[in-house]
Amino acid sequence: MHVEQISIFIENKFGRLAEVTRILGDAGVNIRTLSLADTSDFGILRLIVNDTEKARTVLKERGFTVSKTEVVAVEIPDRPGGLADILQVLDADGINVEYMYAFVERCGENAVMIFRFDETQKAIATLTGKNFNVLPGERLYSM
Amino acid sequence: MYFNEEFETLPREALQALQLKRLKAMVARVEKNVPFYKEALAKAGVSSDSINSLTDLQRLPFTYKQDMRDSYPYNLFAVPMEDIVRIHASSGTTGKPTVVGYTKKDIETWSELMARSFVAAGVHKGDIIHNSYGYGLFTGGLGAHYGAERLGASVIPMSGGNTKKQIMIMQDFGSTVLTCTPSYSLFMAEAAKEEGIDFRDLKLRVGIFGAEPWSEEMRRDIETKLNLSAVDIYGLSEIMGPGVAIECCEAKKGLHVWEDHFIPEIINPETCEVLGEGQMGELVITTITKEGIPLIRYRTRDITSITYEPCACGRTHARIARMSGRSDDMLIIRGVNVFPSQIEAILMGVEGVEPHYVLIVERKDNLDTLEVQVEVGENIFSDEIKHLQALSAKIEKQIKEMLGVTCRVRLVEPKSITRSEGKAKRVIDNRNKA
Repeated sequence: MHVEQISIFIENKFGRLAEVTRILGDAGVNIRTLSLADTSDFGILRLIVNDTEKARTVLKERGFTVSKTEVVAVEIPDRPGGLADILQVLDADGINVEYMYAFVERCGENAVMIFRFDETQKAIATLTGKNFNVLPGERLYSM
Repeated sequence: MYFNEEFETLPREALQALQLKRLKAMVARVEKNVPFYKEALAKAGVSSDSINSLTDLQRLPFTYKQDMRDSYPYNLFAVPMEDIVRIHASSGTTGKPTVVGYTKKDIETWSELMARSFVAAGVHKGDIIHNSYGYGLFTGGLGAHYGAERLGASVIPMSGGNTKKQIMIMQDFGSTVLTCTPSYSLFMAEAAKEEGIDFRDLKLRVGIFGAEPWSEEMRRDIETKLNLSAVDIYGLSEIMGPGVAIECCEAKKGLHVWEDHFIPEIINPETCEVLGEGQMGELVITTITKEGIPLIRYRTRDITSITYEPCACGRTHARIARMSGRSDDMLIIRGVNVFPSQIEAILMGVEGVEPHYVLIVERKDNLDTLEVQVEVGENIFSDEIKHLQALSAKIEKQIKEMLGVTCRVRLVEPKSITRSEGKAKRVIDNRNKA
């Protein structure tokens, strides 16, 4: 039920982000969603794309450091307290959220959040046990 | 295994007697033939007749690189030009090059000492020596070349550069020995990997690396990535070229100086006092057999220590520790002496960190700042900021603890640090600019 995400190390230098997106664009890779975490020296660009392997290969060929991580995509009711409910469930089970970001598109009436947990499998079990809809990767890649 | 067992294992007493005899003869030659030395010796109040023991060496004057520049090009030569069969020169990055001349006998001596060095490193007849030291005015290429031929091994005169071809030749020709700078060996392994070639699949067995200071940690990294036994070789054109000293493959604990041709001393570079065994200081070398350009107490600027303890390999010649750096490369950061090799050792001790780094020194508000740039490869990359920040904090802490200097570690993208095909540039000192 997990989703594959690729992460890229980017120095805080003019034009680097543009270069990454251009490389992916030229390779015909479509970015489904992304998040950029940054410090004064460097940033980590996290991407969910329609073709993870291809994205990894073309970026590595161009000398970027790339890694693959498993994240979890969860549907969240688009109403006040929707996110709070899910975080409460995770908290109750002692599951730590390393980072999270929102998916750009809605899924029906719901929003989609991407989570990175320290214990991915346990988190998926907890969420599905509480009837949250965890989306499979294939669904996101082609959304 | 020895190349010249008699001389390599000469008992110390006999070795010292030989050194004294050769020292006296050399001083007598330069007194007679080199006006610079005639004057310097007279000024110091010594002559070849007044040298009665090896400790008298300490009464002789030093020779500095500047003396060689002032004598540019031929004024320190001790024989007529018609007896000089080869001329080499240092790169001269900081001015006029220093010029050295060799007689036919000097070339023979050099070849023998390089052949001895090859054997000490574990090389034998039948080996295929891939020589990637530069050929030309630089002594590395031709020095190793003549030594390899003297040994009777097959030598491939590659010289530096053209890395793709180097890798192809190594694969196709079945090279068993590689000679180049340590940083270039890693550069080649990295370049090969990009072509889908693993250096560990090549036939290389021994690597002889020198011409720049490197660390024990870098040795381990090279030995793993290239799957060979890596030894350190030392030399400098002023004294001879490569093969002044080499590690033996049996111990790999210090480099044997060929003492039947050179007398090493370690001095305090500031006070010029001669230091005892094990103490770190500047290496000073006196050449006792050279004909073309003999040098008395040449200040190498290289920092090391010396030991006369017997070695596992049976050679009786003294050993110098691997170079920590050069007294003129030493960085003084807020009053603390720092050698790039010390930082390298710390970096290489961190799991997954690549040996590509550069030190950038600046002066901000009258305070020195040190930035250490470290490349982030897949081994250390994490998609979580906190892990990367913890990594840089860990390196900063270790540098602070071990060297007493505060620095800032900056993580940079792979390949953003310039690779070198010769000596690696490890330090960018911007303090004297602006």
